Amino acid sequence: MALRGLFKKLTFIVGGFCFFPALYAESALNMPRGVTPVSRDIFDLHMLIFWVCVVIGIIVFAIMLYAIIFHRKSRGYKAAKFHDHITVELAWVIVPFIILVLMAIPASKVLIKMNDTNHTDQTVKITGYQWKWRYDYLKEDIGFFSNLSTPQAQIQGKEPKGPYYLLEVDKPLVLPIKQKIRLLVTSNDVIHSWWVPQLGVKRDAVPGFIHESWVYIDEPGIYRGQCTELCGINHGFMPVVVEALTQADYDKWITGHKQQAQQAQPDKTWTKEELMTLGEKSYGTYCAVCHQVNGEGMGDIYPALKKSKIALGPIKKHIDLVLHGVQGTAMQGFIDQLTDDELAAIITFERNAWGNDTGDAVQPSDIRKLRKGDES
Amino acid sequence: MEYANPWQRIMRWVTTTNHKDIGTLYLMLSLVMLFIGGGMALIIRGELFMPGQQFIDPSFYNQMITLHGLIMVFGVIMPAFVGLANWQIPMMIGAPDMALPRMNNWSFWILPFAFTILISTLFMNGPAPNFGWTFYAPLSTTYGPPSTDFFIFAVHLMGLSSIMGAINIIATILNLRAPGMRMMKLPIFVWSWLITAFLLIAVMPVLAGAVTMMLTDRHFGTSFFNAAGGGDPLLFQHIFWFFGHPEVYIMILPAFGVVSQIIPTFSRKKLFGYGSMVAAIAVIAFLSFLVWAHHMFVSGISLGAELFFMYSTMLIAVPTGVKVFNWVTTMFRGSLSFETPMLFAVGFVVLFTIGGLSGLMLSIVPADFQYHDTYFVVAHFHYVLVPGALFGILAGVYFWIPKWTGHMYNEAMGKWHFWLSVIGVNVTFFPMHFLGLAGMPRRVPDYALQFTDFNMVATVGAVIFGFSQLLFLVNIIKTIRGGKPATDEVWEGAEGLEWTIPSPAPYHTFQTPPEVR
Ligand SMILES: [Cu+2]
Repeated sequence: MALRGLFKKLTFIVGGFCFFPALYAESALNMPRGVTPVSRDIFDLHMLIFWVCVVIGIIVFAIMLYAIIFHRKSRGYKAAKFHDHITVELAWVIVPFIILVLMAIPASKVLIKMNDTNHTDQTVKITGYQWKWRYDYLKEDIGFFSNLSTPQAQIQGKEPKGPYYLLEVDKPLVLPIKQKIRLLVTSNDVIHSWWVPQLGVKRDAVPGFIHESWVYIDEPGIYRGQCTELCGINHGFMPVVVEALTQADYDKWITGHKQQAQQAQPDKTWTKEELMTLGEKSYGTYCAVCHQVNGEGMGDIYPALKKSKIALGPIKKHIDLVLHGVQGTAMQGFIDQLTDDELAAIITFERNAWGNDTGDAVQPSDIRKLRKGDES
Repeated sequence: MEYANPWQRIMRWVTTTNHKDIGTLYLMLSLVMLFIGGGMALIIRGELFMPGQQFIDPSFYNQMITLHGLIMVFGVIMPAFVGLANWQIPMMIGAPDMALPRMNNWSFWILPFAFTILISTLFMNGPAPNFGWTFYAPLSTTYGPPSTDFFIFAVHLMGLSSIMGAINIIATILNLRAPGMRMMKLPIFVWSWLITAFLLIAVMPVLAGAVTMMLTDRHFGTSFFNAAGGGDPLLFQHIFWFFGHPEVYIMILPAFGVVSQIIPTFSRKKLFGYGSMVAAIAVIAFLSFLVWAHHMFVSGISLGAELFFMYSTMLIAVPTGVKVFNWVTTMFRGSLSFETPMLFAVGFVVLFTIGGLSGLMLSIVPADFQYHDTYFVVAHFHYVLVPGALFGILAGVYFWIPKWTGHMYNEAMGKWHFWLSVIGVNVTFFPMHFLGLAGMPRRVPDYALQFTDFNMVATVGAVIFGFSQLLFLVNIIKTIRGGKPATDEVWEGAEGLEWTIPSPAPYHTFQTPPEVR
């Protein structure tokens, strides 16, 4: 299937790329035109400079080809003697310079527009984590993590890959259309980069610094992108998904999100089965990339949990490790990233899966107590 | 040469101060590294043949891209050009040897140790360096694996070697020219190396500074690159690219020089615009210090900085254009023939120009917001480094190897090597433009399904390109061992002092300086 698509594409490139500019511009071979004023400006600049380059290339290569075909020794062509020509040499300093100046003018205009973060309607803070994104809506007091939702089994080739393989998350960033939204981008650990091609936004997330950008989306839809700065092992596995909604849908989403937060039952006692079910799911999202679905880990950096000292040892130490991580290793603390329910479920799962049959069940209330203890 | 025992045979190479021996050593090291770094490239391309994890995990993938980059830059391209400089500069300017022969020996013999240390990190407990060849902080400092310290030491050694080599080249060119060899009569290859050597002296200490700051951040509690301690991760990028951008020209200027020797030879016509060629190299070298932040357009630098670095980067297109136009004009109305060195030189001009044009596209800051850190960039810099720098080296080796060995290489095999390489390079790297534009980030071990087709094509191309380099290896070995004897002049249109001495070049040449008219 892939190969047949390939042949189709090859004919498409040969035909489309050379002779039908309009065709080329609309295909997936090219940069998307996008759904924001900025992304469209960028696209136009890109096509302009592309055609400038194509024309320069064609002229240079055509002259060269002419010489290669006609000025051959094997054709008995005798070499000319010239090796200097002031006018010509000046001309090809001046002409390219003028082309560049003409190019620089529209580029500067777009750039200045892109940097104008004034008069925004609301602000979303984007924080990069190894290896997920966190979104905080500063006006609404809403914040959540956004994780890759492609199952490990698809990555390992044990399951067929879905249509949005590696470009899907559990909770997308939801934004309203027709609003100028200010994005504040930062990072919690290493440098990441937040990129959505359709929006024409790419911004490095630098730990300790907050950089600004903005977006104004014209059409509702789901727009997908990825982290574009090497940020460690799972750099390829931290996609960005933005869901753009109309104002009415967006308002509904906001209220729905707030209600959900209120409905949580803090004092419920969970059965072990409930914990194991949620635990397996959450483990798959947050832990399996490193410690693997089978709990066997990867080499020395990502130790096995199956039959491990931690998972079979004292509960308190296990909980502490998951909450706070281990300094100087790849193990991060999850206290701020996960809910009490999720933490309790994951720890219960780790202590009972893969033949770690400790029989322990950790309750969300246990985690909550520890959390409070930490704060006092 | 006759040796009493094998020990003497080895010690001859260890203790040699002869520029030809040292040139050979550099080129041999580079050849070995080419196959190591190339093997890593094939591992990378193999993993990327299809979406999903194939045979290496993401951790090992990151180690591969890091070492592939470091080895190709510091282990292949740079030593190969120093090797060519060692062999050719004394012969081209009529000098008996390099100005500082003992230092020359040192500057080579540091390198095998540096690369042993670097490659040994693969066999250590814990991962080898896994932060990319650009080793951005804090991924390489706070989050770097323990082997990072070995990487830092290796980079220091490479820097030391490069600085010593550069000092030697400058001293040789400025002091040991034959009588009558005025500066504006220098062969263009010598000019290109003179300017490159100044670039090396200017920026290698900056690299050394960057890795030293990393070291103290890692172990001595400083916070140069750590915001929590009052530092700035972007400071690292400024320092790195202040080294890194001139470094790019360090890897390409000598190739300009090689090609500027070869094209006139096989066009049987003088180089067009010698003066403007020299000026263009000097201008490019100067501008290379003023464009570093174009690698950081999306990192959050200010609008003013973005505008400045956009204009300065666009400006580099002017002297680069002059070079390309001059090469084409040299060929125009020449009497062309296409032996292997000329094929590689013409391939260089065409494909380097494509890389240069995509570079011009990258300089447009708003567009760079979409291109940055995607496969478009990977395509761009591989076009300037593989059919650019590497083709320059291959062209130079085919051009001069008859002089070095006294034998002609196998022309048919050379032509096969060229055509397979050209096809392989384009099949590998051209589709990467499309991948980048369609949204595939660089340095990812796995990708979304819509990128599958072009990745498959690229992998097929990489296999073709990789294995066709074996032809080069075989051809070189056969040429060293024997082959049709080369004349002193070797090429019909050859001009310059190196073609006046016998082939193979005697162990000592120009002990009495030649007179240059
Ligand atoms: Cu990231």
